[in-house]
Amino acid sequence: MTLSEPGSMIHAADLRKSFGGFEAVRGIDVDVRPGEAFGFLGPNGAGKSSTMRMVAAVSPVSGGTLRILGMDPATDGPAIRARIGVCPQEDTLDTELTVWENLFVYGRYFGLPKAEVREKVEELLEFVQLTDKAKAMVDDLSGGMKRRLTIARSLVNSPELLLLDEPTTGLDPQARHVVWDRLFRLKQQGVTLVLTTHYMDEAEQLTDRLVVMDKGLIVAEGSPLALIAEHSTREVAELRFPVAAEGGTHEPLAESVADLAERVEVLPDRLLLYTHDGEETMAKVHERGLEPIATLVRRSTLEDVFLRLTGRTLVD
Amino acid sequence: MALTLTGVQRSTARSLSAGEATGMLLYRNFLAYRRAWYIFATGFLEPLLYLFSIGVGVGALVGDFTFNGQTVPYAEFVAPGMLAASAMNGSVLDSTFNFFFKLKYNKLFDQMLATPLTTLDIARGELSWSLLRGGTYSAGFLLVMLAMGLVSSWWAVLVVPAALLIGAAFGAVCMALTTWMRSWQDFELVTLATLPMFLFSATFFPVSAYPGAVRWVVEATPLYRGVVLCRELTTGAVTWASAVSVVYLLVMVVVGLLLCRRRLDSLLLT
Amino acid sequence: MATEPIGRPSPGTAPRSTLDGALRLLDYWTTAYRRTWKGSAVSSFVVPLLYVLAMGVLLGGFVEADPATLEGATSYLAFVVPGMVAAQSMTTVFGEVTYPVMGMVKWHKTYYAMTAGPLAVPHVVLAHLGFVAFRVAVTAAVFLAVVTPFGVHESWWGVLLAFPAQVLIGLAFAAPIYAFSAGLKDESAFALVFRLGMIPLFLFSGAFFPVANLDQPLETLAVLTPLWHGVDLTRMLTLGTLEAGPALVHVAYLGGLVVLGWWWALRRLERRMVV
Repeated sequence: MTLSEPGSMIHAADLRKSFGGFEAVRGIDVDVRPGEAFGFLGPNGAGKSSTMRMVAAVSPVSGGTLRILGMDPATDGPAIRARIGVCPQEDTLDTELTVWENLFVYGRYFGLPKAEVREKVEELLEFVQLTDKAKAMVDDLSGGMKRRLTIARSLVNSPELLLLDEPTTGLDPQARHVVWDRLFRLKQQGVTLVLTTHYMDEAEQLTDRLVVMDKGLIVAEGSPLALIAEHSTREVAELRFPVAAEGGTHEPLAESVADLAERVEVLPDRLLLYTHDGEETMAKVHERGLEPIATLVRRSTLEDVFLRLTGRTLVD
Repeated sequence: MALTLTGVQRSTARSLSAGEATGMLLYRNFLAYRRAWYIFATGFLEPLLYLFSIGVGVGALVGDFTFNGQTVPYAEFVAPGMLAASAMNGSVLDSTFNFFFKLKYNKLFDQMLATPLTTLDIARGELSWSLLRGGTYSAGFLLVMLAMGLVSSWWAVLVVPAALLIGAAFGAVCMALTTWMRSWQDFELVTLATLPMFLFSATFFPVSAYPGAVRWVVEATPLYRGVVLCRELTTGAVTWASAVSVVYLLVMVVVGLLLCRRRLDSLLLT
Repeated sequence: MATEPIGRPSPGTAPRSTLDGALRLLDYWTTAYRRTWKGSAVSSFVVPLLYVLAMGVLLGGFVEADPATLEGATSYLAFVVPGMVAAQSMTTVFGEVTYPVMGMVKWHKTYYAMTAGPLAVPHVVLAHLGFVAFRVAVTAAVFLAVVTPFGVHESWWGVLLAFPAQVLIGLAFAAPIYAFSAGLKDESAFALVFRLGMIPLFLFSGAFFPVANLDQPLETLAVLTPLWHGVDLTRMLTLGTLEAGPALVHVAYLGGLVVLGWWWALRRLERRMVV
């Protein structure tokens, strides 16, 4: 029996989830502190959504300990759900109601007085910039607007803890930035955010601390910067080549530059050279007579961390 | 912007009592249906049209029937049958098509379960809505029967609760069964189950039309119990045997609701 | 790129006629039908039989058979069967040209894919109505065959003619309703089409009881509905009581609906899709 850290918003110890014979979450330890923005980063199928559903108190725990706001989801489901906000991966908006009604009706499920919910709805519509859409039916909204409405809905009970499952997946770049901006404001107001994502830029932008998940396990934990410092180099030199012929690889090319970097990753269309000074490495590459079709020097990202830890890319 | 922690929080979110939760779901359905009021309004017409067509039109070709020892004109015989059958049809429509839409397409229940609501709240709330609607239709139908002189006993007042019981019985069981449906194709099965009941449960002709063994089968079907109960009430032929029908339907309500909750738990809370 | 081209590929061509264009959609409809026929089996075959059994055989047992009150039929069963056949031709159509048309225009946009090449609106409409006619024909054939053992057909040539009559009845409903659906923006109107259109027609157009049993203004109204013309035509044929005059009126009325509906359908769909 593990006792919860005092004041921990989420405390999980050896948390497991299985569906039939398949183990989606294979024993993870997580503690989320009040006011922080915490991320689960990993590719599709890493077990992020299963974890989120357990934390949202709608999915029974298969093994280990889980406490949300100090309560046990197995016995206090409704009480926990009254105090958290959930933004699911797929929008579950009520298509038979208008934007305004969606927020109002949902707010009433939390046992809040009518007048208060009304006020809150106006405030939230303003916050997600949907005030002029209040009377529109949900089906007439764009993808980005629906997402914002879902986020607004998850805030209707002024939650202490906000769970966001892939908040910007499927949105165009502009819509993503609008959502990020709103989430950033929430973070500044001190709301505890927990989000899953398979976008490393989203994790870097929004989270203070994150865990990298792969195949149901946590493979690394820390702040984005610390993770990069620990598992990658400062810079990366990318060399793009024509896609390797069927059955062939760029392995031989990699060997010819192996000594120029701390580490070389071989992808079907690229070599990634991990180094402290990208420009300098690139110059040496050219001296050796290699002729990539394009080159790029950039800073290391969480994508590189993930590649390092799992040997795979995040988005495939 | 005073949004969350800085905002003045006057009330705290909390779990709802069963009554409150049902009220919320009724309110949600009221909002959704407000825009489709004509669907609500025209739903009342169907049993009436059948009553006029079969009861009156075909009735002109059919003689009187004997029911529980009394001679009953055909329209008076058919009317309670239509009342019971429409209570079934309305409730089945809500608990199959509409319930499936909310479960699989609108994802309404996933949404509700992110709040303090529970699966039992959902099952109860949806059934209550369906009953509210069915009860309104039944009361209207009873008034039409009264105006047409098809009611011959004060017992008929109880036909509205009887129709509610029929609706609840079919609604609870069908909601549970709907949780097993995979696609709209499976709904052919609903027609396949309800249409024979509608046609053969002594709705249009007395059960004496059947030979012995078939008659027993018919008498054991839920709609037959409902039809007979309604007919006993509108003709005033209530006996202790009527209680059998009541108990039969009550059992369906309880078993259906419990099964539905279990199924929703295992479908939505995984 | 992997394979060597064998000869020159045939070039696509514009259809030579409306029929030629519609026939190019035959493969679409056969593929679709292969996938859905099982789903429609219950409503096409089981439902009408249940009605015949309940109304015709069981309720009919309580009806005193008098040809004078049954438009010449010697039993209620013989009276109600042709009514049910015609009514079934109508209900099959209602199912095929409401939601499915909305689906192909609005939800799945199948029509837009069909007309992205050399095909145009008239081909699409003709093919769709052709499919509906096929569905009605299959349903009617099965229905007419299955009720034969009940001894309700008085005239064999009448029954043979009743079969094409069903296709005519089907198209008389299909074309106008198709036109209505093709221009419709929102599907909620369909609920009303069924409740205020199909069900009253089904119940009051002489299928279950002679329209003479209705009070005067209602009887005239019933006689004006297309289904009554279909029911009366079918009944004259299966009972062998065909009279040339009324039969021609029925055929002309139903045929007129097909032509009007066709014209309206092209107009509505073109206005919707060609913008």
